[in-house]
Amino acid sequence: MSEKVLMKGNEALAEAAVIAGCRHYFAYPITPQNEIPAYMSRRMPEVGGTFLQAESELAAISMVLGAAAGGVRAMTSSSSPGISLKQEGISYIAGSELPCVLVNIMRGGPGLGAIAGAQGDYFQATRGGGNGDYRTIVLAPGSAQELADFTIEAFDLADEYRMPVMILADGYIGQMSEPVVLPKPSGKSFEKPWALTGAKGRKKNIICSMKLIPDTALEEHNLRLQEKYDLITEKVHRADTYMIDDADWLVVAYGTSARIARKAVDRLRGEGIKAGLFRPLTLWPFPEKELYEAGSKVQKILTVEMSLGQMVEDVKLTMNGEVEVDFHGRAGGAVPALDDIIERINGYERENHTHVQAS
Amino acid sequence: MYKRPESLSDVRTHYCAGCGHGIIHKLIAEVLDELELREKTIVIAPVGCSVLIYNYLEVDGLEAAHGRAPAVATGIKRARPEMLVISYQGDGDLLAIGTGETVHAANRGEDISVIFVNNAIYGMTGGQLAPTTLVGQKTLTSPAGRNSADVGFPIRACEMLDTLEAPAYIERTSVHNPGAIRKTKKAIFKALKYQKEGRGYSFVEILSMCPTNWGVQPPEAADWVKSDMVPWYPLKKFRDRPADEDADKEKAS
Amino acid sequence: MNRGIPIIDKERCKGCGLCIVNCPKDILAKTSDVNDQGAYYTVCTDESLCIACGACALMCPDAAIEINKLVEAV
Repeated sequence: MSEKVLMKGNEALAEAAVIAGCRHYFAYPITPQNEIPAYMSRRMPEVGGTFLQAESELAAISMVLGAAAGGVRAMTSSSSPGISLKQEGISYIAGSELPCVLVNIMRGGPGLGAIAGAQGDYFQATRGGGNGDYRTIVLAPGSAQELADFTIEAFDLADEYRMPVMILADGYIGQMSEPVVLPKPSGKSFEKPWALTGAKGRKKNIICSMKLIPDTALEEHNLRLQEKYDLITEKVHRADTYMIDDADWLVVAYGTSARIARKAVDRLRGEGIKAGLFRPLTLWPFPEKELYEAGSKVQKILTVEMSLGQMVEDVKLTMNGEVEVDFHGRAGGAVPALDDIIERINGYERENHTHVQAS
Repeated sequence: MYKRPESLSDVRTHYCAGCGHGIIHKLIAEVLDELELREKTIVIAPVGCSVLIYNYLEVDGLEAAHGRAPAVATGIKRARPEMLVISYQGDGDLLAIGTGETVHAANRGEDISVIFVNNAIYGMTGGQLAPTTLVGQKTLTSPAGRNSADVGFPIRACEMLDTLEAPAYIERTSVHNPGAIRKTKKAIFKALKYQKEGRGYSFVEILSMCPTNWGVQPPEAADWVKSDMVPWYPLKKFRDRPADEDADKEKAS
Repeated sequence: MNRGIPIIDKERCKGCGLCIVNCPKDILAKTSDVNDQGAYYTVCTDESLCIACGACALMCPDAAIEINKLVEAV
């Protein structure tokens, strides 16, 4: 019988990491994710794991790199400005093909910003942030339960594809307390013959991102990485949909924006307006197929974000000009208002009627 | 009576003629052979001329971002405590961009061995000013010589780390002549042996030659280490706690 | 008293000269010949004078020098 426990999103994520077999966690304090290192500082020793508060986010990501090179499951968490600091390390981890889980509990930016939740790091998460041609799988949980469930999956994806996997949630989701059924371990395990375990009885293993010799080595390496990313693009995308089958208007949102949008859809439906919600669960790879299918059937799409327009670009790319894509966003920790979303869609309805009447 | 060490890879290095890295890699390889540590060793490569050290030692190798080697070493040592982890770094890596990681790994007393190759200049990138460049020393970015009024004085890493409580063993040696090299080998031997015995954090700073960027022939470069570097960077054993503990135990028994 | 023979791998030698200036018997010198890398490699000019002190092998950054110790005549 699954027990529901009231947990803060951040803590649900931390416990899920422990369940997934993570025994090496390195981080630096930053609001609004401080519950994660606090939880881990207590929990890791209980399970014989390592908790280390690093001297900076820079150091923490390099510690993750080191631990991952040793073949263990390693994780770090931070928030927006701290994630900026980690970009160099993430690029190295991606280039070295090491698995790890990164958590960004987003806050308003740019720069030091503020401490309330935001969704301003979508570009940073999905477009790299660090140098070079690499990608990071990005999962977008929308509740404490999903923070836990997606963490289990994140470790498996990281090990399976040998790359960094980021859990991207806004500060509100990390901070809210909700009922959570703690997930079970997935049961998956992955061989790591490439790990640094000492050159005994085998050739030495070298883990590096610099490929100098021969001249073509780096390009070949990048092409191989790209093959991997193509495979992931095919297999890993996911989305959640709500009332899209007969929808005239589609709202696309993730995280806290999606929770509000879903409420808006309910209210609109109550007034006879056919709205639907499309919620990407993977931001990279972006669920293009699913969105295109859902979006092609509607008259207009509204992307709602706690930013001034980042995911909307992927929505536009996906729809390829075939359906109009509108945007509503708030910045700096402000949360989109339910009424604003409803009013925007009402506006579409009015436009529609005007057209119909005119013709 | 003297043979090439087995832990040294049978390849030609890219190092310049007379570069101190070659000597130090050789000493590390000899010690790995003598302590039979080759199969348990992981070397963390820095960014700098020795970025390819993993091609020159027959051990598992791991690249770190510039300056982050002590943090990477921390991560892998915590993950694989039975391994022998060596963080091998140059001036920029250890004392410029990596100062934070250097100090904190030492302060935590991580069970790693840090080998610091100090040649008072940035070699790989063409000979720029380093935190260790001497006052008046001309480099690519201090063409008129290091001006202390502008950029301060060379940093003494051993002395700085010696203010911390946790480190077990700190020594500065050099490789400018055979006697100095023998002392360096002893220091490296200690550092690795102490890690093998789980006795804490070791730091060995080695004054080294960079003939190319100093603009002199290798023998002159070796002379300059002795005449100019040693006066500012005294060759000295700053602390050797494991030896002290062993001595105390001897006395007690 | 010939105690040893320095064996210098001419292809590994980069001609840095550190062994030359540290040899107490002054029996190492650069040749005017070049190896495959284009370096003027070092050779031992008089093996009979080698005292097997090991200085050259210690100095060599390329581990290009091995020393064979000779068994002393009884």
